[in-house]
Amino acid sequence: MIRDDYEMVIGLEVHCELSTKTKIFCSCPTEFGGEPNTHCCPVCMAMPGTLPVLNEKVVEYAVKAGLATNCSISQNSKNDRKNYFYPDLPKAYQISQYDKPLCNHGHVSIETPEGEKDIRILRIHIEEDAGKLNHDEYGRGSFVDLNRAGVPLIEIVSEPDMRSAEEAESYMRKLKSILEYIEVSDCKMQEGSLRADVNVSVRKKGSTEFGTRTEMKNMNSFRSIVRGINYEAERQIELIENGEAVTQETLRWDDISGRTFSMRDKEDAQDYRYFPDPDLVAIKLSDEYIENIKKALPELPESRKKRYMEEMDLSEKAANFVTSSKYYSNIFDEATEKCNNPKAVSNWLMSDIAKVLNEREEEADKIPFSGKELGELIELIDKGTISNSIGKKVLNELFENPKAPSKIIEEKGWVQISDEGAIKEVVIKVLENNPQSVADYKAGKDKALGFLVGQAMKETRGKANPQMLNKMFIEELKK
Amino acid sequence: MENEKVQISDEEILHIAKLARIKLGDNEIQDYKKNLEEILDFANIVNSVDTENIGETIGVNENYNRFRADVVTNKEMRDKLLQNAPSQDEGMFRIPKVIS
Amino acid sequence: MNITDLTVHELIDLLDKKEITSQEIVKAYADRIDEKEKDVQAFVTVTTDDASKMAEKIDSEGRNGKFSGIPIGIKDNINIDGVKTTCSSRMLENFVSPYNATVIDKLHAEGLISLGKLNMDEFAMGGSTEHSYFHNTCNPWDLNKVPGGSSGGSAAAVAANLVPWALGSDTGGSIRQPASFCGIVGLKPTYGLVSRYGLVAFASSLDQIGPLTKDVTDSAMLLNLIAGYDEKDSTSVNIEKKDYTKALVKDVKGLKIAVPKEFLAEGVNEEVKNAILEAAETYKKLGATVEECSLDIGKEALAVYYIIACAEASSNLGRFDGIRYGYRAENFDNLREIYINSRTEGFGPEVKRRIILGTYVLSSGYYDAYYKKAQKVRTVIRDEYQRLFEKYDIILTPTSPTVAFGIGEKSNNPLEMYLADICTVPVNIAGVPGISIPAKLDSNGMPIGIQLIGKHFDEETLFRAAFTFEQEVKFRANNKPEFKK
Repeated sequence: MIRDDYEMVIGLEVHCELSTKTKIFCSCPTEFGGEPNTHCCPVCMAMPGTLPVLNEKVVEYAVKAGLATNCSISQNSKNDRKNYFYPDLPKAYQISQYDKPLCNHGHVSIETPEGEKDIRILRIHIEEDAGKLNHDEYGRGSFVDLNRAGVPLIEIVSEPDMRSAEEAESYMRKLKSILEYIEVSDCKMQEGSLRADVNVSVRKKGSTEFGTRTEMKNMNSFRSIVRGINYEAERQIELIENGEAVTQETLRWDDISGRTFSMRDKEDAQDYRYFPDPDLVAIKLSDEYIENIKKALPELPESRKKRYMEEMDLSEKAANFVTSSKYYSNIFDEATEKCNNPKAVSNWLMSDIAKVLNEREEEADKIPFSGKELGELIELIDKGTISNSIGKKVLNELFENPKAPSKIIEEKGWVQISDEGAIKEVVIKVLENNPQSVADYKAGKDKALGFLVGQAMKETRGKANPQMLNKMFIEELKK
Repeated sequence: MENEKVQISDEEILHIAKLARIKLGDNEIQDYKKNLEEILDFANIVNSVDTENIGETIGVNENYNRFRADVVTNKEMRDKLLQNAPSQDEGMFRIPKVIS
Repeated sequence: MNITDLTVHELIDLLDKKEITSQEIVKAYADRIDEKEKDVQAFVTVTTDDASKMAEKIDSEGRNGKFSGIPIGIKDNINIDGVKTTCSSRMLENFVSPYNATVIDKLHAEGLISLGKLNMDEFAMGGSTEHSYFHNTCNPWDLNKVPGGSSGGSAAAVAANLVPWALGSDTGGSIRQPASFCGIVGLKPTYGLVSRYGLVAFASSLDQIGPLTKDVTDSAMLLNLIAGYDEKDSTSVNIEKKDYTKALVKDVKGLKIAVPKEFLAEGVNEEVKNAILEAAETYKKLGATVEECSLDIGKEALAVYYIIACAEASSNLGRFDGIRYGYRAENFDNLREIYINSRTEGFGPEVKRRIILGTYVLSSGYYDAYYKKAQKVRTVIRDEYQRLFEKYDIILTPTSPTVAFGIGEKSNNPLEMYLADICTVPVNIAGVPGISIPAKLDSNGMPIGIQLIGKHFDEETLFRAAFTFEQEVKFRANNKPEFKK
């Protein structure tokens, strides 16, 4: 938490790798991994004489992202060159968009403790990713791998509308969720396919002027975004309170030390010398093109949330949770279709499933089983085939080795015992072995019944139908 | 403005050379500066042309929407792409250590 | 019969009649190169050994098309897989290309055989081939004179019969001017007609590959081979494929030709001027309408050219950084020094001059005044051509204000050197096609070329006018380079 008399002003530039099959300007695969420099061709390696040709899917995906974030789509757009030297940038310029981005002026809404809040989006443009530098620990140098060079990106630039690290996190989560819903990116933060440059400044509350901002580059986890923003805000406040000035600069957030470090070589005054790329031609999008993409957009989280609350009677909290990720929402839809018990499905997602993911430090995209399987699990409980506690064991099994729950309980022998004869046998055995408890019960100690039922459960390894056990113990004890 | 001669300072020409990653020797600075000033003086003719209401030419023809289908057609050719590398190791281009 | 004296269409006739084999042709050129290359120095890389093997293969397997077994020379800024592409620069002295330019794929598909890579001004920057890192090329008409440039090696090789025809590239006159200096035919096609994929970029919005040939017929045939839409070049234009040889008719009746007076004004050599006026008379005599007109854009076009070409070049040449290929300085302590030392040592002075000019005009604070303004003036110049072409079919001008000058005579003052491009540059700025054809020799025995400029994608009218003139004046039949020492 920062001091009460200050507020933060935060803006995000989110880079999102698009999940096209090929790179933005050549027909090389975008697949993650692969031996170094094997997803490369003369074009993305900037061999002399090669030329770029724009991937049609990149335009389509960027327009999708623009429409899903309420942007207006430019009918006239172009590609520009951003010139600078760096070993991960083989042409010595990045093809990006300067003054005519594909999408302008959108917004997304986030939940805050004070209610819903709109975060404005300034622009979304398309550009190419850079390669990767690998560093050798023996000091032999650095090594350039250009497999990622030319992978398509969209950059989503927000207005400086966020006022806390939590708002920035919500905004980032919201963007991630939208981009997943519309299936333009896998948004795998740990692989760098979703990352943010975070601009932070602070000012006295009530002030309308912006303070000097700093920019933290390439933040690729929600946790580091939150920590980085809080650290940076505190650092800036301390500077100001000590009568020093904040320097406008680019910083690197170090997750291990929990500090930021200045990044740019002081020798390098940057001047990107943007100009229209003469190797590429204008992009002109017709109303019809834009309209067709709009029509094909999948149902977005806002609308799903409404549907879940109105048609399935979920609480707002549950609906928010379920729609926070496409993966949750899709599992929810599938499971509900199977078991017709939306509340139970949302409860399983919010409690047990979220708990496992949390323990594993994973996101919803890592859920290994299908919604149909979850639906079947709930159905089995609802029908009394298994108990709730067995249900939790089945869930753990689904995480480890996903298959149909009916198969799991069959293989593991977890089917609930509801056969009267079999249960009676256990009850009699337990009564015989626990004469003291029988005596206690008969002496009026009702608690003893619970102990006996527990013993029977132990005997059947949890498989006995608890209602039947209870009933039968009472009957036998009456005798 | 047409008659004003372009004047470039030593700092400016060195800054430009630095941006272009070119080193000018002490004896070259004046030479390059003079050439640049002369050519820019000449190039300033463009500023005497009336271009009110005229668009920029972007590319020389009216081509637009030249797109490529999103289909992988390139085959792996690393050895060939690395055959000219001044220094390489394990399939990568080797450079002096870069501090990130 | 001297094989290397023949045009390509004459060679094809002999091949078709089986009076000659591809191996004999290649052998004749290899012998000619052995004999004359030491005087002309047109090549950077000679590949006649590979060419002989190819010819042998074609002879034994049979020709699979009209051009199968015909040799060709390639300017050394066009990539051929497995062959060095040096751009006559120290930067790429040892660069072996890993891929083919689209034009090379097209030539290979037709069975053409490359004899080698031809010298040029470094990265195509210059008009004399004196800016080659390797060596000067000499003009076959007078070995003390430059062959022009930047495609000087291509033009000299064709004029000296070291290759039957060649490909060059033209950004501001780099095909037409050397063609004019060497007394051959050089065509810069309409921007977008020929794929640039695989041509090492100088200025992307101006560069075009085109043919340098002994006559207009060969020019039309070579254009047939290389023209056409290419999905690898976004700026190539998807138009219907044409057979340009159909335009080769000796008839200019009714053709409307404009002669802009500004292109015959001060600075244009008197003999060159007279050659243009004679050509105008010739056309009149043959039934064309010839009128004087005004096209007062020369200096503006030149200014636009140096701003735009250098701006694009400064960016295009950024990739030569000593990391993935090309020259890497021997001494460096860190990454920054790899960049600076490699580029400082790898590029010649003219290339560095243009990179610096280009970096300057794009840098913050100057972009609007130079680059953006130049792009607008470019539109004005295009419109001027459009306006003239509403009234005329062809514009006739000199190709160069002078004939070939002496080696070492002119390279000191860059601005003066740039002004020599005033006749050719506006054509690239407008993106229209231009052809240079030899008209006559001047009093010192040096060729004078005339330039014909046509409408966008109307190469046919250019060929028709050029062919008619060629048939009438018979320059090639009457004149031969003397290799004057």
